[in-house]
Amino acid sequence: MIYVDYAATSWPKPKEVLSAMTDFLEYSGGNPGRSGHRLSIAAARIIFGAREAVAELFNISDPMRVIFTYNVTYAINLAFRGLLKPGDRVVTTSMEHNAVMRPLRALEKAGIELTVVPCGPDGSLDLEAMRKAITGGTRLVAMTHASNVVGTILPVKEVANLAHEAGAYLLVDVAQTAGVVPIDQPAQGIDLLTFTGHKGLYGPPGTGGLVLGERVDIAELEPLVRGGTGSKSEYEEQPDMLPDKYESGTINSVGIAGLGAGIRWVQSRGVESIRAHEAGLNELLLSGLQNIPGLTVHGTCDPSKMTAVVSCNMAGQHVSEVGLRLDDEFGILCRVGLHCAPAAHKTIGTFPEGTVRLAPGVFTSLEDIGTVITAFEKIAVQHG
Amino acid sequence: MDKYGVILFNTSSAAIQAEAVLNKAGLNVKLIPTPRELSSDCGLSLRFDWKFIIEVQAHQDNGRLDAAGIYPLPDG
Repeated sequence: MIYVDYAATSWPKPKEVLSAMTDFLEYSGGNPGRSGHRLSIAAARIIFGAREAVAELFNISDPMRVIFTYNVTYAINLAFRGLLKPGDRVVTTSMEHNAVMRPLRALEKAGIELTVVPCGPDGSLDLEAMRKAITGGTRLVAMTHASNVVGTILPVKEVANLAHEAGAYLLVDVAQTAGVVPIDQPAQGIDLLTFTGHKGLYGPPGTGGLVLGERVDIAELEPLVRGGTGSKSEYEEQPDMLPDKYESGTINSVGIAGLGAGIRWVQSRGVESIRAHEAGLNELLLSGLQNIPGLTVHGTCDPSKMTAVVSCNMAGQHVSEVGLRLDDEFGILCRVGLHCAPAAHKTIGTFPEGTVRLAPGVFTSLEDIGTVITAFEKIAVQHG
Repeated sequence: MDKYGVILFNTSSAAIQAEAVLNKAGLNVKLIPTPRELSSDCGLSLRFDWKFIIEVQAHQDNGRLDAAGIYPLPDG
């Protein structure tokens, strides 16, 4: 079996992640920050360790500005709904995942003014178009760091400069890049960074978060959910301290224990080294696929400008058929369809059919990529 | 007879962070449930030996603790 669906979720998880989770349940299963007994304290230390790991990964000095959520979608919704009010101007790109697009479209109906900057057919962002869209009075610019469809990396720092010049915050969805592309939140000017734990950070599903940059005043950001925090328990109003203001209810503690271990594991390998490994896989994959007659590969096709996420279409065959054959006949597991990003597919010209998406990761070898290419060659020949 | 002090926090995350800061500074501290007579702000507090109050206060003054309050533990 060859798993090339890391853009959906990474698999397998490192053994360190599995043991951090079983150890957590076996030895530190108290409710962190609630009770004062040894199991609760042990759990709280592990959660705080994970908070520190996230802060280090994104080069944030204060771990309290790391807010854990249940996935990146929750973090994005928290940021949008907490910050935006009717009349606010928001700018985004046409390469966004529905995790960004759907909440913005809903808020548009509720009175925000939304501008979607069209990207090129390879998923790249035209900075001049972005500059024109970000006018004075823009409240927020929200963008993906890299497309989940074609892997194209967008110029975060350049957009941050434009956003900040206009007095706007920048939100960046790093679901596809955390752990895969080096990220320095302060240096890149990211005010609201939203991440998922179960992809390039090799943690379990049910983990993610929002990291608040120094420029964000938490008085401007309302919580999405209110409830028990283990703090200020005498008050019936939500506390305004970080991270409790945004972390009501019992946290996914076992998941975060796994996420902390995942991040430590990624850091021990080095994000640069993971990036180099994936670029090598990507180069072989792209060159192999581009030689197959009838196969169209989308995106920049330049490993230096993208993550290892490759989308393609086989002439005359539906993506669903290709996906089924890859699984049934070759044991190759990938994702086909629209990948929850209709706007991105409209941008690259593959809507409504979608694409076959191949996304290798840390445990994929060059030999695996060779097998994937051979499978595509066979499917193309048999069809032709 | 040992007398203890207790450091209160607004969040349990701050208590855990302060524990690490003070341990690293060589001070022996213990996380305890917050004494009810002091506050119910946050479930966790740090107990320390009162003879180190100067050092603890210095960490707080330097912004390394984010404590909500530092008190002698009643009946310590």
